[in-house]
Amino acid sequence: MARAVSTRHKTIATAAAWIVALLVFFPILYTIITSFKSEQEAIQGFNLFPSGTTESYIAVEAQNGYFKFFLNSVFLAVGSTILALLVAIPAAWSMAFSPGKWTKDILMWMLSTKMMPAVAVLFPIYLIFRDTGLLDSRIGLMIMLMLINLPIVVWMLYTYFREIPGEILEAARMDGASLWKEIVYVLTPMAVPGIASTMLLNIILAWNEAFWTIRLTTTEAAPLTAFISSFSSPQGLFWAKLSAASTLAIAPILIMGWFSQKQLVRGLTFGAVK
Amino acid sequence: MKLRTLTLGLLSASTLAFAAHAESITIATVNNGDMVRMQKLTDDFTAKNPDIQLQWVTLEENVLRERVTTDIATKGGQYDVMTIGTYEVPIWAKQSWLLPLDKLGDDYDVKDIIPAIAGGLSVDGTLYAAPFYGESSFVMYRKDLMEKAGLTMPDAPTWDFIKQAADKMTDRANGVNGVCLRGKAGWGENMAFLTAMSNSFGARWFDENWKPQFDQPEWKNTLQFYVDLMKANGPEGASSNGFNENLALFQQGKCGMWIDATVAASFVSDPKNSTVADKVGYALAPDNGLGKRGNWLWAWSLAIPAGTQKADSAQKFVSWATSKAYAELVASKEGWANVPPGTRSSLYANPEYQKAAPFAKMTLDSINAADPTHPTVKPVPYVGVQFVAIPEFQGLGTTVGQLFSAALAGQTSVDDALKQAQDAATATMTEGGYIQ
Repeated sequence: MARAVSTRHKTIATAAAWIVALLVFFPILYTIITSFKSEQEAIQGFNLFPSGTTESYIAVEAQNGYFKFFLNSVFLAVGSTILALLVAIPAAWSMAFSPGKWTKDILMWMLSTKMMPAVAVLFPIYLIFRDTGLLDSRIGLMIMLMLINLPIVVWMLYTYFREIPGEILEAARMDGASLWKEIVYVLTPMAVPGIASTMLLNIILAWNEAFWTIRLTTTEAAPLTAFISSFSSPQGLFWAKLSAASTLAIAPILIMGWFSQKQLVRGLTFGAVK
Repeated sequence: MKLRTLTLGLLSASTLAFAAHAESITIATVNNGDMVRMQKLTDDFTAKNPDIQLQWVTLEENVLRERVTTDIATKGGQYDVMTIGTYEVPIWAKQSWLLPLDKLGDDYDVKDIIPAIAGGLSVDGTLYAAPFYGESSFVMYRKDLMEKAGLTMPDAPTWDFIKQAADKMTDRANGVNGVCLRGKAGWGENMAFLTAMSNSFGARWFDENWKPQFDQPEWKNTLQFYVDLMKANGPEGASSNGFNENLALFQQGKCGMWIDATVAASFVSDPKNSTVADKVGYALAPDNGLGKRGNWLWAWSLAIPAGTQKADSAQKFVSWATSKAYAELVASKEGWANVPPGTRSSLYANPEYQKAAPFAKMTLDSINAADPTHPTVKPVPYVGVQFVAIPEFQGLGTTVGQLFSAALAGQTSVDDALKQAQDAATATMTEGGYIQ
């Protein structure tokens, strides 16, 4: 009897999980479906069966060229993530293993910067970028993306590092490991799942960032967010082309997420059960 | 052998020298059919100007507006040519943010620009932006449904006729709405339509002392008429409909009449996309016999920011893109129907264009019927037909647009919406120092 209830519960839970997953994924699925419709089909209301035309993809590629934007997105997402990890690993180490009187306050202050609306600092940032010649530069935008995601990276790493017993590091120190060796050979390998999931999440955040990447670029450094935004039209029908542009823009990150989901889930639940 | 090596060397050196001298200009623009076509045709410009390279930045309309405003206000110098509208030009020219267009070339023929459009892009008689395409608004209607209703659309209808026709054409059981009008909130969406409509009802945004006028009977008449007309004859969810939504409805045969931008005529009469292409008639925007019609005036135009280092090259490009020769280039490659409309008188005198675009005469008459310098029945201290050319209007227009959209959706009454609009406008104008 107990076994029957358990099976039924399992079935219900599985069905619920599928329903939730479908609901979450549906907007993306419908975007992909719409991208294979003609503009006329796209506006004719809800329809899950497209005619399968690829005219929108051809028009999108002919109008704006995908690869330059794609390469910029890859450079910015990967570059800003590496930069963020280089800064955040030592910072999180110091906060986790050598906390001071103000550590908690510093962590809260870092997080509080994420609570401010980005538009509030648009003008100061724009002026700094203008005066330092960083407008429309990949390096400038990479630093910007690193800075806006840094609080989350530090917080995530801090949480993972706190789960690692300090005694292991002490043992390494007793064996004569220097601080550098302690971080590189002892701490980092133990925190690999955490670091990997932080890295993946940061790549996703940087890839999808659409406020600064549109406002601080023009032609040279513009990533896929700018590519998508260029297909919205004030006068004329554009849903199918916009869907094709969006599908092209999200495809790489979707595929990356698909292949790394085990690592991502493992990292995100790291330390959840002791 | 030596000669060949020398020749090759000289060629390489001259190519390098040319590359070093080629100047790159950046053009910010919006994504619409005419602009996309221009990007495709730029080989013609670069062939004529091999020392100038073009870089394009296409953005969503509101993002473009925000980006170019940021750039021009901070003198960021990111753009050498920017696409702006008739709202921005007078404000930005007065701030000295734009360069006067005085080097467009001897064969440019400035006088050929339609006077109403040139007036909207000039300050003190100086042109600060060159129109790429211009538009007014007019009535597009289904000739077959009008005939079925036993009515004949006059060339210059009144609002009463529009109401009468809408009542007769509405057939909701068969999915036909008598009239489709903008309802989506925004200064460039429902407020463009309602402000132009209010002009024909004798209303105005402000009196000569910048006192808001939403508490006057003319505005009550405008908004009440609009809400009643749309409730009886408009499509479901009209408060979410802008240009593109109504375009889709009309193309699918779900609207008897649609009053919107003249540029829509080329979409609704295109048999590839419109199911009613051969059944569309055109008429001037309605009036109430007070001397002003409910049509607007807008021109997407190319302007050069004062911060650019490449003014000469930028001016060459603006001259090319808005010239008579460009119209001929488009006609030769893609047909006369695809020439950007509404900017030059010569286009409307061209028999080939008249043949290709049956809506040409009505478009020109509509543009000529709009006067941005005297937009209203009673005197006003501002310019602009469907907007008020002051910096505060974007925010205020959108706030009032939200209130009127709520009235259309039935979330608030017409009286409440007008009262709140009056309060919001009074607060904005007091804060801005217009009202002492």
